[in-house]
Amino acid sequence: MTLDWPTLLPLIFAGLMGLAILIYVVLDGFDLGIGILFAAAEDAEQDTMIAAIGPFWDANETWLVLAVGLLLVAFPLAHGTILTALYIPVFLLLVGLILRGVAFDFRAKVPAGRKHRWNRIFFLGSVIASLAQGYMLGIYVLGLDVGLGGMAFGALVALCLAAAYAAMGAAWVIYKTEGELQKKAVLWLRWALVLTALGMVAVSLATPLASPRIFDKWFVWPAMLYLSPLPVLSAVLFAWLWRQTFHLPKADDRHALTPFLTLAAIFTLGFAGLAWSFYPFVVPDRLTIWQAASAPESLAIILAGTVVVLPIIIFYSFYAYRVFGGKATDLTYD
Amino acid sequence: MDPLILSRIQFGANISFHILFPAITIALGWMLLFFKLRYNATGDTAWMRAYFTWVKVFALSFAMGVVSGVTMSFQFGTNWPGYMETVGNIAGPLLAYEILTAFFLEAAFLGIMLFGFRRVSNRIHTLATVLVASGTTLSAFWIIALNSWMQTPVGFEMRNGVAHATDWWAIVFNPSMPYRLVHMLLASGLTVSFLIAGLSALRYLYGDRSESMWKALRTGVFIAAILIPIQIFAGDQHGLNTLEHQPQKIAAMEANWNTGPNVPLVLFALPDEAARENKYEITIPDGASLILRHSASGVVPGLNDYAANHPPVFPVFWAFRIMVGTGVLMLVVSWSAAFFLKRRHSLPRPLALVMVPMALSGWLATLAGWYTTEIGRQPWLVTGVLRTVDAVGPVAGSQVALSLAVYLILYALLLIAYLGVLVYLALKAAKDGDTSPLPGVLDAPLSQPAAK
Repeated sequence: MTLDWPTLLPLIFAGLMGLAILIYVVLDGFDLGIGILFAAAEDAEQDTMIAAIGPFWDANETWLVLAVGLLLVAFPLAHGTILTALYIPVFLLLVGLILRGVAFDFRAKVPAGRKHRWNRIFFLGSVIASLAQGYMLGIYVLGLDVGLGGMAFGALVALCLAAAYAAMGAAWVIYKTEGELQKKAVLWLRWALVLTALGMVAVSLATPLASPRIFDKWFVWPAMLYLSPLPVLSAVLFAWLWRQTFHLPKADDRHALTPFLTLAAIFTLGFAGLAWSFYPFVVPDRLTIWQAASAPESLAIILAGTVVVLPIIIFYSFYAYRVFGGKATDLTYD
Repeated sequence: MDPLILSRIQFGANISFHILFPAITIALGWMLLFFKLRYNATGDTAWMRAYFTWVKVFALSFAMGVVSGVTMSFQFGTNWPGYMETVGNIAGPLLAYEILTAFFLEAAFLGIMLFGFRRVSNRIHTLATVLVASGTTLSAFWIIALNSWMQTPVGFEMRNGVAHATDWWAIVFNPSMPYRLVHMLLASGLTVSFLIAGLSALRYLYGDRSESMWKALRTGVFIAAILIPIQIFAGDQHGLNTLEHQPQKIAAMEANWNTGPNVPLVLFALPDEAARENKYEITIPDGASLILRHSASGVVPGLNDYAANHPPVFPVFWAFRIMVGTGVLMLVVSWSAAFFLKRRHSLPRPLALVMVPMALSGWLATLAGWYTTEIGRQPWLVTGVLRTVDAVGPVAGSQVALSLAVYLILYALLLIAYLGVLVYLALKAAKDGDTSPLPGVLDAPLSQPAAK
């Protein structure tokens, strides 16, 4: 591989897009998860849970816009192919995101009697969006063209990704709250972890079995050796976090952020595995990142902006999280 | 069912729903900054009350804008893959810069602006308001640059049927861009000032005479009265720019079939494309020539010069008239209200009654204006480069029909809920007046804890 710009730019953009998706899954994961957990919480708890994500959710969702935007601008051919193949699940995802995004605001502004309705819509939207994302992941790893069996697999991944988000949501509640709600969240985390682990195993097995090319990337010596830390480390982290759920919350609220960080690490490992499987394809076994890429001069001008702006974005995002750091208190506009 | 027609209706419905909310947030951000700066300068808590009332409207409008905007970013791919395949090299960077410079900025500081008043210093809170307002305006800048480039494309060359950028400066500041941007920013300013004036008039009608109501009412009315003549001038300049670069659109807006001098201004007509003539015409002699060429003998382009290559006449002609008519109404109402507020220090009840429905006049004019320019671009998606018919995706009509039906129901319900909340917030503010203490401060000056 020669290292000139036309070769490097698509590679850099694939990396940026991967980073945007990963950040999205971790960040919006916890606020979608809190929406899913709404069903199990009482009225007062729901307000606290909303307060734990209120200042952040919008910026979290912007990472999805960036990820889709990068797919759109850097790999326009793939954007069309993937999104037309996933027309209905994308449509459901959007309906879910619309419902939960507006429910967030409406529930706080409508007359008190209508609040329950918007709470239910917030739950429903979060569930639909999470399931749709999981289904899309399932179909994508099977190579987009699927029959009935593939759809069943998609449904399984949908369920597991929703559980993974619920686990993230529970971990965030552990970090941002105290007392009864925090104890409840530990239990939610324990149950959600089981389904999350099941989902990761399912995707890890299905991906190589669905594609001989991916099988050969994993199960050859010595690649197997180098890659073994991915599944091993994930398994260890899962087991450790599962054990932790029997000891949390701890005195003085020590380690309140640990479950969230552990889950983020597990997500990152899983994501790295997927990236290794699909590289260099952006549409599985059909379009490589170089075939789907925009013209180099267009990528260059986006990269120039990204290099300047992305660090600034990350800096002020941290600042925003710091301003609303600590345990969640009720949100007021004044 | 034809996926092309359905996809067009779906995108049209989506973007129509979407534009309602940026039309509010772009200018409302600056309006909130104005309230905030007045409070900073005078220490008068009524300004801060106005801020807290309207920041809720901002939050809700922002959320509506975000969710409908996310939907659009996906629909480029789900319904119009041919668009990015052909002009992705141009559209891509413009959209990327919108996301990077605008979306993250507004999203990150929105939290601080909405909920951070007691968590950060007053100065940082003001700064957050500035950054959110800048973010919404910057977002408008990039998307208008892209839209204008689709209307008047320059600075590129075609290689193997794909557009490649040759001059980014020319692409961003393409011929119609400055006009469209100014026109849209002013439209947003008018939308917000009429919304604020209208909802304040509603509070007035319900007996609210609080200081925060008067402050919001005056701000809305005076800004509207100042902006509307500027907008009429900017709109006229935009029209002349369109005449130069997209004459077939002007021909459709004026329903003028034959190129020539002494073209009358058509006030009313039912344009008939099959017969290529206007039915039930009411005209002012030489009017169109005078407006467009500033001379009775000025030559105005006609549709027959662009047979099969011009937009549908009826919707463009009427959308344009609705926009202009609404603008004239805005002029009359805002100037009358400004007169009474300035000279009589009161608001006559009938005028207040008119101002309430006029709260939505900005929406009507903005939609009508966008319909004029977007339908007026047809049959092209990118003028001279890509036809709309060639950009549509391979999705089955039945799938598009399903998604379209759900979107339409969803949008209708959300719009009802949104308007319901606006009225509810106004009536609640009317009931509370300025008598209830601000939570946590017991009506003392809004002193606040320093930042941690």
